[in-house]
Amino acid sequence: MADPMKIRASIVGDSTEVKVLMNHEMETGLRKDAQGVVVPAWFIQSVTVTYGGKTVLAAQWGPAVSKNPFLSFKFKGGAKGEKVTITWVDNKGDKRTDEATIT
Amino acid sequence: MNRKRRTLLKTGSGATLLSLLAGAGMLASRAAQAQAWNKDAFETHNLAETMKALGGGEPAQSKDIVFFQTPDIAENGAVVPVGISSNIPKTESIAILIEKNPNMLAASFDIPAGTDPTISTRVKMGQSSNIVALVKADGKYYVAAKEVKVTLGGCGG
Repeated sequence: MADPMKIRASIVGDSTEVKVLMNHEMETGLRKDAQGVVVPAWFIQSVTVTYGGKTVLAAQWGPAVSKNPFLSFKFKGGAKGEKVTITWVDNKGDKRTDEATIT
Repeated sequence: MNRKRRTLLKTGSGATLLSLLAGAGMLASRAAQAQAWNKDAFETHNLAETMKALGGGEPAQSKDIVFFQTPDIAENGAVVPVGISSNIPKTESIAILIEKNPNMLAASFDIPAGTDPTISTRVKMGQSSNIVALVKADGKYYVAAKEVKVTLGGCGG
């Protein structure tokens, strides 16, 4: 199982700013290892951020997103103490969900 | 998951069962992805192909798309910060495309109403290239480009 994400969600004005750092190799499938064998592609394909049962951001990623991806965005609303939930799914079908409390 | 597979392989027992399980898992996950992930769009090599895969027409150049946190010169192509903000009303999605990468489309973000049309992330770049921001707003597509020079590629090895 993949390592947990680092999530920070904080109120900025009338919006909530979400910053996420995910732990993932993000292999492109183009790189070769020391033996010259192609390392198979392994990357996050979709990311969904929900707040209060509503999707606030849905992303589709290719292998060109950096290793240990960083993502930051803002959505209107959000209240202190409420939770933001983030889920990613990679091309091997592995998934991880983490949540953070808005501060 | 990988570590478990290694130990199982080392012990040698249950190898056939394992391969069956792995096969089934792969099939299931592939079926699940088919709906969510736009494979065609992520395998395109130029803007025209990407637009076709996304089902859009010729995009219009726009000055209302702003790059921020994006360097002119990136020292490390493996980690290039990219921030894109759209000032076009009713922005529905923002996509990041890198012209000279093996596959052009890097990431695409759906922006529901209530979410700021501003995203920031980090991408890999194989070489110096234009970064193209593709914004879909009110059913129409808009583009803006920024050139980023890379001194060390991120797709080598």
